[in-house]
Amino acid sequence: MTDHILRMSGITKTFPGVKALQDVNLSVRRGEIHAICGENGAGKSTLMKVLSGVYPHGTYEGEISFDGEPGRFSGIKDSEDAGIVIIHQELALCPQLSVAENIFLGNERSGRGLIDWNRTNHEAAELMARVGLRESPVTQVADIGVGKQQLVEIAKALSKRVRLLILDEPTAALNDEDSAHLLDLLRGLRDEGITCVIISHKLNEIIAIADSITVLRDGQTIETLDMAADKVTEDRIISGMVGRPLEHRFPPHESSIGEEVLRIEDWTVHSPAQPGRKVVSGASLTLRRGEIVGLAGLMGAGRTELAMSVFGRAYGVNISGRLFKNGTPIELRSVQDAIRHGIAYATEDRKRYGLNLIEDIRRNISSAGLRRMGRRGWVDENEEYKVAEGFRKSMNIKAPSVLSVVGKLSGGNQQKVVLSKWIYTDPDVLILDEPTRGIDVGAKYEIYTIINRLADEGKAVLVISSELPELLGLCDRIYTLSQGRVTGEVLRSEATQERLMHYMTMGQE
Amino acid sequence: MSSVSPTSVAVPPQDDGPAEPPGRLSLGGLSVNIRQSGIYIAFALIVVLFTVLTDGALLQPQNISNIVVQNSYILILAVGMILIIIAGHIDLSVGSVVAATGAIAAVLMVNYGVPWPAALLVTLVAGGLIGAWQGFWIAYFGIPSFIVTLAGMLLFRALTLTVLGNQGIGPFPDAVRTLSNGFTDGYLGNVGLGPLGGADVFSLLVGVLAVAGMAAAQWRTRAARARYGQTVDPLPVFALKVAAAAVLIVAVVVQLARFKNLPWVLVLLAVIVLGYSLLANRSVFGRRIYAVGGNLQAAVLSGVKVKSVVFWIFVNMGVLAGMAGIIFAGRLNQAGPTAGGSFELDAIAAAFIGGAAVQGGVGKVVGAITGGLIMGVINNGMSLIGSPSEQVMLVKGIVLLAAVAFDVWTKRRAGAASR
Repeated sequence: MTDHILRMSGITKTFPGVKALQDVNLSVRRGEIHAICGENGAGKSTLMKVLSGVYPHGTYEGEISFDGEPGRFSGIKDSEDAGIVIIHQELALCPQLSVAENIFLGNERSGRGLIDWNRTNHEAAELMARVGLRESPVTQVADIGVGKQQLVEIAKALSKRVRLLILDEPTAALNDEDSAHLLDLLRGLRDEGITCVIISHKLNEIIAIADSITVLRDGQTIETLDMAADKVTEDRIISGMVGRPLEHRFPPHESSIGEEVLRIEDWTVHSPAQPGRKVVSGASLTLRRGEIVGLAGLMGAGRTELAMSVFGRAYGVNISGRLFKNGTPIELRSVQDAIRHGIAYATEDRKRYGLNLIEDIRRNISSAGLRRMGRRGWVDENEEYKVAEGFRKSMNIKAPSVLSVVGKLSGGNQQKVVLSKWIYTDPDVLILDEPTRGIDVGAKYEIYTIINRLADEGKAVLVISSELPELLGLCDRIYTLSQGRVTGEVLRSEATQERLMHYMTMGQE
Repeated sequence: MSSVSPTSVAVPPQDDGPAEPPGRLSLGGLSVNIRQSGIYIAFALIVVLFTVLTDGALLQPQNISNIVVQNSYILILAVGMILIIIAGHIDLSVGSVVAATGAIAAVLMVNYGVPWPAALLVTLVAGGLIGAWQGFWIAYFGIPSFIVTLAGMLLFRALTLTVLGNQGIGPFPDAVRTLSNGFTDGYLGNVGLGPLGGADVFSLLVGVLAVAGMAAAQWRTRAARARYGQTVDPLPVFALKVAAAAVLIVAVVVQLARFKNLPWVLVLLAVIVLGYSLLANRSVFGRRIYAVGGNLQAAVLSGVKVKSVVFWIFVNMGVLAGMAGIIFAGRLNQAGPTAGGSFELDAIAAAFIGGAAVQGGVGKVVGAITGGLIMGVINNGMSLIGSPSEQVMLVKGIVLLAAVAFDVWTKRRAGAASR
């Protein structure tokens, strides 16, 4: 009988309209490094949120047993008391506080209500030595790099006497050296008896470090592989991650491709947060009339950054490169410029960047195209209503009326509002960033149909997606992006998931 | 970590079926949105309450006139303030700007003998420049409006003292005093209204025209909406609403006509409220203000020139503060160093009582006016029954807190219903 520190069985988590997890099982042996693999949206993060109590007991079905005890966590505090610590992809540190203060945040070393600074800094130094962080405990977290910040998070976890450490994409933002150091550290922690669960897209890392792997796909457990017993290769994992049938998920479509509409040449973008770091480097793409082009890439490959920087420099600094619209060079200095030149960008995060959630459908649809609707600066409200009503019917937005508030619609219907808003600006080029994220299968099919219709109307569509089957089912041509570089261009007829994955991981060591 | 990098979190969608919007009250087919109409109901209740407490003195002709004249400058400020609050900003400096512009107007007219129309124009431009100064730091330099206008509160008070040389300046030309304090002439003489006594024909005529204009505009809007297939109130409900509004207008106008005709500031206020309501609801610029306050990021990515929008609403606030400054100084017939003290708080309170949301994106010009009138009626009513000022403050504080608490509460219910 194997000694399992964690058993999650029959976990089902439903959001209205979407089954995020369906009967998922996960068993982690004591003292191992257990990797969880799956595409974006496969349910990895949801599963970890169930485990750590972010989704409290009672909001999901299924049982958790941690160290032989039933785990019924009603919040993160509960799970941390039990010894489960999760380190999120976006680090939860206070940049203005010192390393030592961050390590003991919420867990302060104090006597009689006053912080004992000597003890704080002394114990912090010990923990920092354990994780190999060579900095002074009083250094501000803002002054150290992302790699070292990651170590601060781990030191913080150690200070809580962690027994199960969960790391969500810990190396996504790290360079090779920092990644290697982190992986060494995890091996060291394993030898000290700390069990680790690691979520990562970097399969080479997983193969190097994991003792066993659980593959999730579409919210279900596909398999658990034992690295020692099974002969596991990257291809083996990929086929588990992507191996789903493709029939009937996409409406049939035959594109009639015309002349070039938009050409992006030698496009380079620097990060505004870390000047000097290139997030897109020397990328060149061509979009043609009536064509649906895909843009594939792993997290952090620079897809959104590329799209938003082209869309009137809505992202990035120090942008260089050339843009050609219908063969003529153009400059897009602002979003207004981009809209005027017939370019539309529908964001990947519709709630944060795409919609005014407290406003109604009508005013959201008109918001980017008011210039078209306005006469001498005044809005024709009846025209506005008519336009919105037209989109409600043609896009099949399910709402009692166009006066319904957008924040109350489902993800799929919100996405249709975003698309309507951009279609109303009458663009030649539509860049759709993760157009089907967080929406259910039926609504996805509708979105695909709309995308096909746009292409039939002669528009060029660039679809950014993390779901390879979606790109394969939808696009005429697919570009792959890896670490800001275009690493491949594949025609639909030649594209396979394995081939795309190969290009997408190019240069990632 | 770049802020645009996608996360692998499955985004939980909100509910799928559009539910009955919460906070709606059904009264025999007459569906009322409590969150939007609550403020008007509250206003009506407060008026009734003080009418009873003051044995009807609140609604006496002279008192209605007083309420309008005494609160006109706060109401004008509230109109500018609501636009700023809708955009998600705040302006703490308006009291000082009122003082500064009043001082500028006084110095121009009294010390330099500049003709009043030119002096008023220069004062409004000065208000606009003050707004542009603050708008620049807020919109283009990126300093939070709270800080910029807090600094402005001091800066423009200092400007006031400098311009005035630390003393009050007056008196103002008659024309300015008439604008602030005066009434329209009895152009057409008086008419007897039976038991109500004599009333000014011209004022009554204006009232009748206002009612006719309002009814015609409502009817045209309704007809156009119906033509476009929008749902409109059924005819009896529509007629009832228009009739209620008409009765209200006529009642106020008759009372005013019985006293001393129409106060000029009321005419000015009516124009401002009408103009700014149109601006907020129907103009592209107005829409952009709501877009900026509703979701700044989405507004940027929809091609809204956010900086320009924010800049211009502060310029606008400066001009309106200039107008309020002239009226306030004209009413006292003197520009004083302490003028406009705590006006900013009254204007902000009016906006929030009138249904503006603290996070921005929500609010109406008419709401802000109603919020201002609620405070005006409380002030006036309580002074009529002889309440000491600490009680007035207490009540106003409670009303402000209650109004925002109500707003938060309905929003939370709306949030809970959509989960």
